[in-house]
Amino acid sequence: MALGKVYPSPEEALADVFDGATILVGGAVGAGLPENLLRALSNGGARGLTLVYSAGAGSISSTAGNSSGKSSIESLVMEGRVSRIISPMPFPPNAGGQIEDSWRQGEIQIEILPQGVLAERLRAGGAGLGGVFLPTALGTRFQEGRERREIDGKSYLLETPLKADFALLKARAADTFGSLVYQGSGRNWGPVMAMAARIGVAEVGRICEPGGLDPEAVVTPGIFVNRLVECP
Amino acid sequence: MPADKQRLEREVVAMRVAKELPDGGYVNLGIGIPTLVSGFVAEDSVVFYHSESGVLNCGPLADEGEEDIDLINAGGQFLQPVPGMVFFSTVDGFAMIRGGHVDVTVLGAHQVSAKGDLANWMLPERGVGNIGGAMDLAAGAKQVIVAMEHTDRHNHSKIVEECDYPITGKACVSLIVTDLAVMQPTEQGLVLKEVAPGWTPEEVQELTGARLILAPDLKEYEL
Repeated sequence: MALGKVYPSPEEALADVFDGATILVGGAVGAGLPENLLRALSNGGARGLTLVYSAGAGSISSTAGNSSGKSSIESLVMEGRVSRIISPMPFPPNAGGQIEDSWRQGEIQIEILPQGVLAERLRAGGAGLGGVFLPTALGTRFQEGRERREIDGKSYLLETPLKADFALLKARAADTFGSLVYQGSGRNWGPVMAMAARIGVAEVGRICEPGGLDPEAVVTPGIFVNRLVECP
Repeated sequence: MPADKQRLEREVVAMRVAKELPDGGYVNLGIGIPTLVSGFVAEDSVVFYHSESGVLNCGPLADEGEEDIDLINAGGQFLQPVPGMVFFSTVDGFAMIRGGHVDVTVLGAHQVSAKGDLANWMLPERGVGNIGGAMDLAAGAKQVIVAMEHTDRHNHSKIVEECDYPITGKACVSLIVTDLAVMQPTEQGLVLKEVAPGWTPEEVQELTGARLILAPDLKEYEL
């Protein structure tokens, strides 16, 4: 049986991204950022997207971001393709740039949330949980509207699960079953975002046959990954 | 005028903070002065650096020309690969923080209150900001140390009775180290423990937006 997980190009792997889709973007400040898939998203033309990312907006180094000096996420916002951002660090580190401008002009909505809250909301979404109680953000403005619960003498806030239509990921290698191994701190959001999306798409440096990866070293099992593109 | 007097260099503040890191401890360093702290840990002491970007046992920063985009800390700085370094997902990175496995985090701040409330994610005049992992660190690390300048660029005290900036965490800061003083937030108020060389407690008080309680063993900044 052909699994058909391997796609010939990033564009073909994302051909069915639709207007209004919610898309998780892996990576953080350049590490693990799926640049090829983001470029394909830009080429694809879908609009009204909700992007969920950790800290992908900044082009902090010469190797992150594209030749325009803007990160791929900033470029998507400038192209008017994004309607909403959910992120703990929506802006580049020192200046808000285009994303802040678009937000001030009311062109996009931004939901800012603590990084660890995003992580647990995605895990809850991916693991089929109804929510998770976190100690994070107690006493801050982020507790507004959230159920507070005392558990074993400590206070927690209820966070709801977060799920998405697509996850765009980057990994070092995959087998054709979709199992992934990552590269260094580029692993970051890959494992949890793969779980939380209906369709996990990974750009990988190398695709091998089953057996080509050490099963003890696999980080994301192929059950969470639906599509692969080799981007050496 | 105290405002014109010599204050301590950022490196000296970092050097003072380094003394607080427990031998064998797991430590998370934030952006700004905190990143300098690792350069001043005693040579016979072992500290394991944690980065919520998914790295434990972070080594020194990479040399120019040796940067690897898949080897960075949470501040986006390039790291050298070192033996014993491990990688994990961000979910695990925050489990280490909230689960009480990180002994100390050192963070910068816009404001800290006498009771230890921390405000470090947003300047009110901007109306928006990056939160990053700070709220999880404030809620989860066993000890939160703030390392910062005593006053902002308008010479307003960053130490206040009550934060009027949006806060990151309540009563979470256990020690404040600035370019003028070392202070400890307590339920009774802010205790002045050490002052910079050449400064009197009265001069420090003049530049501090919260009432200082002089520690019985108040001394000069101890490096």
